[in-house]
Amino acid sequence: MSVADFAFYAFGFIILVSGLMTVASKNPVHSVLWLIATFLGATGLFVLLGAEFLAMLLMIVYVGAVAVLFLFVVMMLDVDFATLKGGLAEYLPIGLLIGVILLMELGMIFGVWQFADGAEAARAAITPNIGEIHNTAALGQIIFDDYILIFQLSGLILLVAMIGAIVLTMRHRPNIKRQNVVAQMHRDPAKAMELKDIKPGQGL
Amino acid sequence: MDELLRNYLPLVIFLGLAIALGLVFIVAAAVLAVRNPDPEKNSAYECGFNAFDDARMKFDVRFYLVAILFIIFDLEIAFLFPWAVAFKDVGLIGFWSMMVFLAVLTIGFAYEWKKGALEWE
Repeated sequence: MSVADFAFYAFGFIILVSGLMTVASKNPVHSVLWLIATFLGATGLFVLLGAEFLAMLLMIVYVGAVAVLFLFVVMMLDVDFATLKGGLAEYLPIGLLIGVILLMELGMIFGVWQFADGAEAARAAITPNIGEIHNTAALGQIIFDDYILIFQLSGLILLVAMIGAIVLTMRHRPNIKRQNVVAQMHRDPAKAMELKDIKPGQGL
Repeated sequence: MDELLRNYLPLVIFLGLAIALGLVFIVAAAVLAVRNPDPEKNSAYECGFNAFDDARMKFDVRFYLVAILFIIFDLEIAFLFPWAVAFKDVGLIGFWSMMVFLAVLTIGFAYEWKKGALEWE
């Protein structure tokens, strides 16, 4: 067994165990932490495939940002952990259904990749040789040119997400004093304070 | 392929060291530390008073807004990486497609700045 094989089985084991723990953990916060471990295992698998860019993207975007967002969402909901413990039997059928659908989709992908007509050509056409060109550069050469429509649409989706998040969650409280930087910088010490000459015994 | 994996050897060593060091600290604390607890030491008074209620309270929804804006710009940066690496190969179309992409997101950025989404309170 070569080092790469060993690493593959190690990462696969990590993914399976952490995925199982994600589902099985009683505390949702622990579930999110196990989900992060799953992402880390997937990162290792991407590196083994030679897809370094995707691996680092998984690390930056999923581990760094999406998992934190999940944590926020979990902590934002006012969940009572005692009541969460039930309900496994309730959700089991739909969970199994989704699992079977995902398994079938994976099987179809495998079939198209391995056995379908023209699978040989499809495998050869997509990935350039890792030795010749770096994975990131190979992606960069096609994303912005050949897939320009999809690229621009993804930009628009990001814009919609940004505006949607602001519209849905922005709540400005009225009557709040905000910092006004320009006013602060243009403050004149001479006008800020007034000196009055008061005679003794007279008061203001 | 092996060449690629060999590049990751320092990372593996570093990770192994980090995990080993963390384990050493935990195990050493369990094995070496002196422990003779008594009820007075364990009571809440030593470090304050009994908890008023659950430590898990609801977060303000504005944390969510900050996090999602962070993710969006994170993704924008992620698109910049392959563009920069393949800059010599993308050509004029690639260059301008990225400029349009950035312009679209800059519109969003101007919107959120104007709406005050970047200010806390």
